[in-house]
Amino acid sequence: MSETMLRLENVDKFYGAVGKGVHAVRNINMDVARGEIIALLGSSGCGKTSTLRMIAGFEETSRGKIHLAGREVHRLPPVKRHVAMAFEGYSLYPTVNVRDNIAFALKAARLPQADVDARVNEVAEMLEIGDILGRMPGSISGGQQQRASLARALIRDADLYLLDEPMGQLEPQLRTLLRGRIKHYIKQRGLTAILVTHDQTEANALADRIAVMEGGVLQQYGSPAEIKERPANLFTGTFVGEPPMNVFPVTGSVVGDQLHLDLEGGLDLVYPQSAFAPQVREAIVKRGRVVLGVRPYAVRRSGEGPAARVLANQWLGDQSHIAAAFANGTLVLVEHDRANVDIGAEIRVALDPADLHVFDPESGKAIAHGAELA
Amino acid sequence: MEHTSTLEKILRGTAITLVILFFMFPIFWIFLMSFQTNETILRVPPSIVFEPTLSNYTALITGKLDTAAGTLEISFMKNLWNSLFLSTASVAVGLVLGVPAAYAFARLKFRGSEDIAFTLLSFRFAPPLLVLLPLTIYFQQIGLADTYIGLIWVYQLIVLPLILWIVRGYFEDIPADVEYAYRIAGHSWGATFRKIALPLAGPGIAAAGLLAFIFAWNNFIFALVLASADKQPVTVGALAFVTASGIQYGQVAAGIVLSILPTFALALYAQRYLVEGLSLGAVKG
Repeated sequence: MSETMLRLENVDKFYGAVGKGVHAVRNINMDVARGEIIALLGSSGCGKTSTLRMIAGFEETSRGKIHLAGREVHRLPPVKRHVAMAFEGYSLYPTVNVRDNIAFALKAARLPQADVDARVNEVAEMLEIGDILGRMPGSISGGQQQRASLARALIRDADLYLLDEPMGQLEPQLRTLLRGRIKHYIKQRGLTAILVTHDQTEANALADRIAVMEGGVLQQYGSPAEIKERPANLFTGTFVGEPPMNVFPVTGSVVGDQLHLDLEGGLDLVYPQSAFAPQVREAIVKRGRVVLGVRPYAVRRSGEGPAARVLANQWLGDQSHIAAAFANGTLVLVEHDRANVDIGAEIRVALDPADLHVFDPESGKAIAHGAELA
Repeated sequence: MEHTSTLEKILRGTAITLVILFFMFPIFWIFLMSFQTNETILRVPPSIVFEPTLSNYTALITGKLDTAAGTLEISFMKNLWNSLFLSTASVAVGLVLGVPAAYAFARLKFRGSEDIAFTLLSFRFAPPLLVLLPLTIYFQQIGLADTYIGLIWVYQLIVLPLILWIVRGYFEDIPADVEYAYRIAGHSWGATFRKIALPLAGPGIAAAGLLAFIFAWNNFIFALVLASADKQPVTVGALAFVTASGIQYGQVAAGIVLSILPTFALALYAQRYLVEGLSLGAVKG
């Protein structure tokens, strides 16, 4: 493991009295290596922005420690933390033009004018705002302000770059273009960055590791592939992925040399015992009831297997989304060809053991992924 | 707005004229009165044709009031100076105390902050007479009665809540991210307050200061009770024109004209800040 740039140790945030107020961030532990890009991913109110602000120093930590570049910083004011931050909203100094906004820190550091200009032009061109450098913040659009704020952060020298929804107001096309450029810029310079976002595409595209947050709790911290293939719990499983993972309660039992997973509504999934690792079988049978998860693109139509009744069939131009009534719930499957099934038709589906995720119904914790223990 | 019909234009013009007439006529009439003697003012029916005289202004400026009962000494110019001094000093003290407090109430959420802010506002609900009697006794005991400092202190009851609540709103309208950006770029909290928050709220502070000045200038009851003749502002001093031989309408009018001049000039000057205050909305895009 390379050098640790940022470490959060048992960090808690209460708004109001400690132990009594709103518990916005709950006991977070996280390491970020030098040169890594981390995405804090979660819905609004999940505690990701509070976490970012504690790292920046705008919010005090209620409990726990923050180490940055080898220093303990959680008691230091923002000015002493040596971090740069890009803001989601309107954060430009309204009295100076975009160029001076971006160049602000460089000028304060008394860099030669030629250097400042060169760096401003480079960053501005990367972010497609080269043509508005002379404008005042009040006269440019929200998306342009956001990019200027991003430029102002990226141009600085800092130990850590905090990007709070830096592309929230941009059009999808521009977002795709800038994602690639920003990642290249950060990686090329070996910068360490934390990105806050609620957009999983952005998190997947930019981040080396994703921290999924919900209810103030760090649900899972891992690479995009890990999060997708081995979700640590039911929340991460259903939150990450579009369309969301299908989940069904099942009752597991071993009959002869077969593992039966009984769905609600009288359906039964039957697999040979050998399809699952022995520990997985044991874990399922011991609990009796578990929650089964399967991603929509892993569900296949086949000649046999349990039946489902089609409720909707949408062709999105590049893939079909089929929703079907299945085991007292709804099963969604994705096909990459145009699916020729009518509403009301009966289809049979196959769920490959390698694509199944098994979760504990009480704690929501993952028990097994693809027939192997979690 | 581009497609206003002629009828609409006429109606709007008429409405504006009526409003202006309604508000400006008394001032216009007082202005005329200030150049007339009591005889021409009181004749029936009134007329706008008269022989103008500067006697009212001379009487005020020289401090000698000629009445039917003889010459009276009045200290109108001293009153005017008192008004100017008391209002300016009160607003200055109010700004020094109120602006940082407003910033604190806008940006920091501390225990009881709303309660404290509301308590300060509630000073404006209480009838002044309610606090005046006990205040008079206290002021006499601690030697603050009939002093400028005592009056400026009491004027904070008028000035401080006004400044606090108006300026707080302006601070709250500044996006916090602008300040965060400045702080994270390597500046202390204090520098951010001075370099970002104060200039951005400048128009609001100017507006609050102006309004507070007018309120302080127009105050009557505090100075009437707590100050003697040589510390009293024009609002109280104008009582001197009600003499044993009648009310000196001409001098009252001239006094009003002189006493609205400073606030009028201030309002004209501060108008551009008020306009800037409206364009601050550009920050929000």
